[in-house]
Amino acid sequence: MVEKKIVVQLPHGLHARPAANFVKVATSFASEIKLVKKDKTVNGKSIMGIMASAIAKGEEITLIADGVDENEAVAALEKVLLSQEG
Amino acid sequence: MQGMSQKIVGVKASAGVAIGKAFLLTAPEMEIKTVAVEDAASEVLRFEEALERAKADLQQIVLRVEKEMGAEQADIFRAHLMVLEDPELVDTVKGKITEEKTNAESALNDVAQMFISLFEQMDNDYMRERAADIRDVTKRVLAYLLGVNFFQPGSLTEEVIIVAEDLTPSDTAQLDRRYVKGFVTDIGGRTSHSAIMARSLEIPAVVGTQTITSAVTPSTLVILDGHEGVVILDPSEEEIAFYTKKQAEYAEQKAELEKLVHVPTITADQHHVELAANIGSPADVAGALANGAEGVGLFRTEFLYMGRDDFPTEEEQYLAYKQVLESMGEKPVVIRTLDIGGDKHLSYLDMPEEMNPFLGYRAIRLCLDRQELFRTQLRALLRASAHGNLKIMFPMIATLEEFLEAKAILEEEKKGLQNSGVAVSERIEVGIMIEIPAAAMMADVFAQEVDFFSIGTNDLIQYTMAADRMNERVAYLYQPYHPAVLRLLRNVIEAGHSQGKWVGMCGEMAGDPVAIPILLGLGLDEFSMSASSILPARKQISQLSRAEMAQHIDAILQMGTSAQVEAYVKETILKEDI
Repeated sequence: MVEKKIVVQLPHGLHARPAANFVKVATSFASEIKLVKKDKTVNGKSIMGIMASAIAKGEEITLIADGVDENEAVAALEKVLLSQEG
Repeated sequence: MQGMSQKIVGVKASAGVAIGKAFLLTAPEMEIKTVAVEDAASEVLRFEEALERAKADLQQIVLRVEKEMGAEQADIFRAHLMVLEDPELVDTVKGKITEEKTNAESALNDVAQMFISLFEQMDNDYMRERAADIRDVTKRVLAYLLGVNFFQPGSLTEEVIIVAEDLTPSDTAQLDRRYVKGFVTDIGGRTSHSAIMARSLEIPAVVGTQTITSAVTPSTLVILDGHEGVVILDPSEEEIAFYTKKQAEYAEQKAELEKLVHVPTITADQHHVELAANIGSPADVAGALANGAEGVGLFRTEFLYMGRDDFPTEEEQYLAYKQVLESMGEKPVVIRTLDIGGDKHLSYLDMPEEMNPFLGYRAIRLCLDRQELFRTQLRALLRASAHGNLKIMFPMIATLEEFLEAKAILEEEKKGLQNSGVAVSERIEVGIMIEIPAAAMMADVFAQEVDFFSIGTNDLIQYTMAADRMNERVAYLYQPYHPAVLRLLRNVIEAGHSQGKWVGMCGEMAGDPVAIPILLGLGLDEFSMSASSILPARKQISQLSRAEMAQHIDAILQMGTSAQVEAYVKETILKEDI
């Protein structure tokens, strides 16, 4: 299992299009993906779960991947969350 | 069958005549019962099967819509697909079936309802709209589970006229033009989503009939006249003959106008005027070009800010502006900076409650106050300027100070970009929209500072007559031909020309056949209108002499009332029998 704390840089946070993009990248990995915001955990492959948790720019979240490609998954998803565009 | 026909009147939404069998599009009855199941495993399997079939439908729809209507419309269905692939939804439903030994329909309905109410309670328009997506997509799966027929507008195999209570964006996006000859709805108005879509697809449509779904039975023969907003059920043979002829005449007229698509707009005495299109998003460019637009005279940028939960980034705006500029090539594109406030609000921008929003905090007033918003948009525009023939226009300018301040901010941003090595066009014209009488009166002073004027008549008329045209009790005062309005127009056009600046118009008046002779006589250089008005206007202008129209102006401006002007133009110039 890999865990990483990340401060979201997406200009609008994880809403709408960026959320869809996050899920698309997440589902391309076999690992289980989770996002923890404060004490709430959501499934990183769930578009509705992610949108409903309304993660804003500047918020610190913990990204967790667990599975055969956990390292690659965390690296790729970190890039999505740190992107300045979207 | 003589005398059996029935006439229903609605709102004309899209021009054209269609004759065909009615196809009644009704939401299928879906009664969800909760039933205990013995074999949970096979119930899960049944759920998975329905899910796969719904997904396969959506994949087909994405492909077709993408090809026929573009990526933006296809995204609606991509979002639907993502909902069906969401493990939180799928796994929760399966868990419920297994643990509670309940049937798939009831499990899916419960879980979907939970998500729907979660999104509906959110303090954000965008998220609330997602609730509608979940509802739409859940119905698709439920229909397979219940074995009811879920209508797919894309699955038609014969020519029909669609009859429905209303059409959702997802219904209209799927209409197959080969088979759908027209549509009629119970609800909606000229600017409702389905009406706009019908015009862009060029499908005749009548909306807002209130009663059509209860009056029609499947396969009723229907005549739909989108010019008059009339629907005839079970028409007589005479009526069929009459409308068949009308349909042919319309087609002929359309073919006649289509010959003018690539022809410049030249008056009978050989003056060129520019006919441009008003657009609201990059998706409108194709329609503008197909209708022979010589430019874009007004690109309203509000769409970029609507239907979302935060401001668009500089990059998003840049891409939208660049797309429009590139598709227009060398043709001019006038982009208006943000015009919100008044009746247009954004869910994510706190606006004070105002007694008189149309006389309040809006457009350039808001932009000069919230400069971070304004500067983001200006940078996006400046960066996009390298990709075409951009002109920037500031809305709602009342005073010279406002224009000078807006222009100074633009210059600052331009320098900033150039200093960091970003390419910016050196020939961007900067102008103002004339919609406040103060600016119209001071046009001679403004003309020394601006590169062009574009007259926004919708607001200019309202502000000149102090009458809200949406208020039915005073709407009669909305008088485009009133000499007060025409005198202001003359003042603006003469002031612009005396400084060698061009003057355009981007209100509805620019495409009005009664106003066109007057505007031509006043010397207007550019007429910007909805795309569908361009070809008729081009035809009309080609038959009018500008010099001759100019000779009528003194007489017109001396008249006392709007009615006198209208009668004079119709009798003396258009030679109509009235």
